Amino acid sequence: MKKLICITCPRGCHLEIDEETLDVKGNACPRGKEYGINEITNPKRTITSTVKIVGAEINRLPVKTDKPIAKSLMFDVMKELDKICVSHPITRGTVIISNVLGSDVNIIACRDL
Amino acid sequence: MSKHDLVIVGGGPAGLSAAYEAYKEGIRDIVIIERDSFLGGILNQCIHNGFGLHRFKEELTGPEYASRYIDMVKTTSAIIKSDSMVLHVTDNKEVHYVNKDEGYQIIEAKAVILAMGCRERTRGAISIPGTRASGVFTAGACQKYVNMDGYLVGKRIVILGSGDIGLIMARRMTLEGCKVLAVVELMPYSNGLNRNVVQCLNDFNIPLYLSHTVTDLIGKNRVEKVIVSKVDENRKPIKGTEMEFECDTLLLSVGLIPENELSKEAGVELDRRTNGPVVYENMETSIPGIFACGNVLHVHDLVDNVSLEASKAGKSAAKYILSKKELSNDYINLVNGNEVSYTCPQKIRKDNVDDVIEVFFRVRSVMKNKRILVKSNGEVISKVMRLHLAPGEMESVKITKEQLSTCSDTIEISVEED
Amino acid sequence: MKYDVLIIGAGIVGSSIAFELSKYNLKVAVVEKENDVSLGTTKANSGIVHAGYDPRPGTIMTRLNVLGNKMYEELAPKLNVHYKKIGSLVIGRNDKDKALIEELYRRGIENGVPELSIIDKDEIKKIEPNLNEDITVALLAKSAAVVSPWEMCLALMENAVRNGVKLHLNNEVKEIKKENDCFIIKTDKNTFESQYVINAAGLYSDKINSLVTGRDDFSIVPIKGEYYLLDKGQGKTVNHVIFQTPNELGKGVLVSQTVHGNLIVGPNASFDLKDKNDVSVTQEALDYIRKASALSCSNINFRDNIRNFSGVRATISKFDDFIIGESDSVKGFINFAGIKSPGLTCGPAFGIEAKEILEKSGLVFTKKDDFILVPLPKFFNEMSKEEIDMKIKENPLYGRIICRCETVSEGQIVDALHRPIVVPSIDAIKRRTNAGMGRCQGGFCGPKVLEIIKRELNLEPTEIMQDKEGSNIVLNYTKGGVKDE
Repeated sequence: MKKLICITCPRGCHLEIDEETLDVKGNACPRGKEYGINEITNPKRTITSTVKIVGAEINRLPVKTDKPIAKSLMFDVMKELDKICVSHPITRGTVIISNVLGSDVNIIACRDL
Repeated sequence: MSKHDLVIVGGGPAGLSAAYEAYKEGIRDIVIIERDSFLGGILNQCIHNGFGLHRFKEELTGPEYASRYIDMVKTTSAIIKSDSMVLHVTDNKEVHYVNKDEGYQIIEAKAVILAMGCRERTRGAISIPGTRASGVFTAGACQKYVNMDGYLVGKRIVILGSGDIGLIMARRMTLEGCKVLAVVELMPYSNGLNRNVVQCLNDFNIPLYLSHTVTDLIGKNRVEKVIVSKVDENRKPIKGTEMEFECDTLLLSVGLIPENELSKEAGVELDRRTNGPVVYENMETSIPGIFACGNVLHVHDLVDNVSLEASKAGKSAAKYILSKKELSNDYINLVNGNEVSYTCPQKIRKDNVDDVIEVFFRVRSVMKNKRILVKSNGEVISKVMRLHLAPGEMESVKITKEQLSTCSDTIEISVEED
Repeated sequence: MKYDVLIIGAGIVGSSIAFELSKYNLKVAVVEKENDVSLGTTKANSGIVHAGYDPRPGTIMTRLNVLGNKMYEELAPKLNVHYKKIGSLVIGRNDKDKALIEELYRRGIENGVPELSIIDKDEIKKIEPNLNEDITVALLAKSAAVVSPWEMCLALMENAVRNGVKLHLNNEVKEIKKENDCFIIKTDKNTFESQYVINAAGLYSDKINSLVTGRDDFSIVPIKGEYYLLDKGQGKTVNHVIFQTPNELGKGVLVSQTVHGNLIVGPNASFDLKDKNDVSVTQEALDYIRKASALSCSNINFRDNIRNFSGVRATISKFDDFIIGESDSVKGFINFAGIKSPGLTCGPAFGIEAKEILEKSGLVFTKKDDFILVPLPKFFNEMSKEEIDMKIKENPLYGRIICRCETVSEGQIVDALHRPIVVPSIDAIKRRTNAGMGRCQGGFCGPKVLEIIKRELNLEPTEIMQDKEGSNIVLNYTKGGVKDE
């Protein structure tokens, strides 16, 4: 039995998951069950960070993964972001890196700058 | 001196939502005065996600949430004055401001919405002993340096305060390559959401020290060490429990205070419990035609609630501008009952409630399986169950017009045993 | 170049002397170990211009106190230094206090202090309604005032520099030799030559004296005083500087409005410091100050505290006067040592005193024809609507407010970075403009001030200090630590 707190929404349900049968208890909604199973089999996180931008009013552009990415890749993604420098103007939603590290996840801009 | 229908002080989430709603309600002559060069306020530096689950039914980052509202406001006729600072608001609704292009200006407004937000409590507010070394930052200042300016203000970090801002910054600094040695919390529980404890601390093995505080700060010019001690049930440090952390930075996430210098000067009545204005059911302050919403009114934990509250203020301001009807002076006072630390609004004018009024409040401690009671004259007029209550999570109850009709003088909101 | 006079230390003493000497045709230099003026005892004290009833009659201290007090009244407005003559009260609650107050009154009269009186409970109530009920007697000294110590120090030194004095910051004196009637002063960075050396080194004046005379003629004992500084909402709690007579908790702490409208409460007195630089704050002292101040006024709202700080006073034990004068063993070496309270009050008088000593020793003084005096700039929040409008028309940067708590504009900050003494630190900007002095303590404006310093002085963010050298704010760039572009 593995005990987890669901992070899908601010409610934070306390889950109990059977690591062999992947049976989830304590979830208040189906998303909790999905989270519980994923957390055991392939935990994922959304990464939010910044990249360098030149010519804009501020020095950093906020970016995020457009969907959750394998938790184990977090620091590798950060290293990829270090390599990027974009130029003004950028519009929100622009793909900054597509398929980062060969995943099917894109890095996208979070604001117009 | 120029004249405008509605002046909104502040272009953060509260001001934007209020402006949009007032426009929807028929007001065309709106001026938003923003001190920064961007609209969106503090959301611009809150680059993490988790915003908008209620309002937009999806998870957005701070800049994304702000952008949605900025786009909405751009479809209205609201005039936006950025890089403009309001110096005074008077009780007859004159708004004095300065900026580079216009110099010193005065607007005579029919209605004013106060949406200045809040500021962070500082080291001084909690009197942390020690030297005056650099490297002590409020979490928000650090967030601005890191997320907008692109500067790293530290490498080895201790964070005091486990509210959501403290937790978010622990993850943020770790991702940027810093070592976060500890998150220290005075209370026996974290004030942040469980999900943030998991994804900001547990994911990175950052220790959380509950019932601890920073008792000394060492360092000649830059922080070299902080001393953390355990506290007793009265939150007083226990001698002999000192732990030493070698670090160059102490981040403080020790609370927010509504920023009401302008409100005070205008003569708006303030509530000692919230540090914000006392408002009626329609977000109107003690001065007719001056409204307040967002973190200037009381500190929120979710921006979604700020938007909701601000839209109410925008709607009410529109109604005030368009209707000549005087509101009655009859009101019901909302008072703290057991385990309740404040309510907002604080006063309800029965005849000004359409169908239902939502009252926001905070509780004093972490509780499970409790009943929230709404009482008037000793009679229970409404009750709801809650599985989980915490001071860090704002609560609300709805009171219908019908229920209100049975109330007189005061309404008490309390938390009772199930 | 050989200087006529070299002053060691740019606190209130050194600055006052530099200012006075800059009126004459002399070659004067000041060396200071820190990166700005006023960073020692000068910047961290109660900020009081004392009336002069305290010191023992007949001392140098008394003479300079009464003279300095008078000089402030004329000089502070000329320099546009914040100064308010709010008067002081020494309060008492019993016969013992009353006797002491009467003694202070007699001493004040003997010292030549004007406008002194003893007042009773009714009068106290009238002028100080928030003081505790049990206070029955007080010494009222109308000539006492509050002042901004760092502004005074800065205004004096800035004008000294404008009039030709060479200020060498970041120069710590390591060695002083006298050869052929000329002093050779070596700092960690430079070597200077001068006919006269004035020791205004504050806490380190004993060390400087020993470097020159080769003797330990006196030793400076550091005594630390800690303070609370409360938000402006609390500033009106009292209208005068409120002193206590010594009480069961010790020497007593003061409660006063500051010249900027905050409330200051403190100090305690901590002895046995291991380090003269120890400006830390301790829980014990803060607890003591809260308790002791409640004897004057029990309704101070310490929840409105915005800052704690401490300062170290340069005292000489068992000696109740300053050591001022030319050394009896080394001609041309002049001490201004052991300048503890009321050193700030004596401030403007030190220059006059130094001139007299130098003249007596044979230095020739001729007045400069082209001496100029430039006041400190006016604060934005003290300007009228018309003045603000005009200022913004002249320079639009005055229309962009950077510090919201104290209403400080970008124009003021840029101006501060182009005045005679330029220091790339956020606290230097704070001392010059008040940005960051308010309730958010620079949380909002700090990053903006840093950007302005960086832009105006063309510096890297890592080169900008919070205060002294080594108090870095930014350690690196994010995203790999490489500079943008």
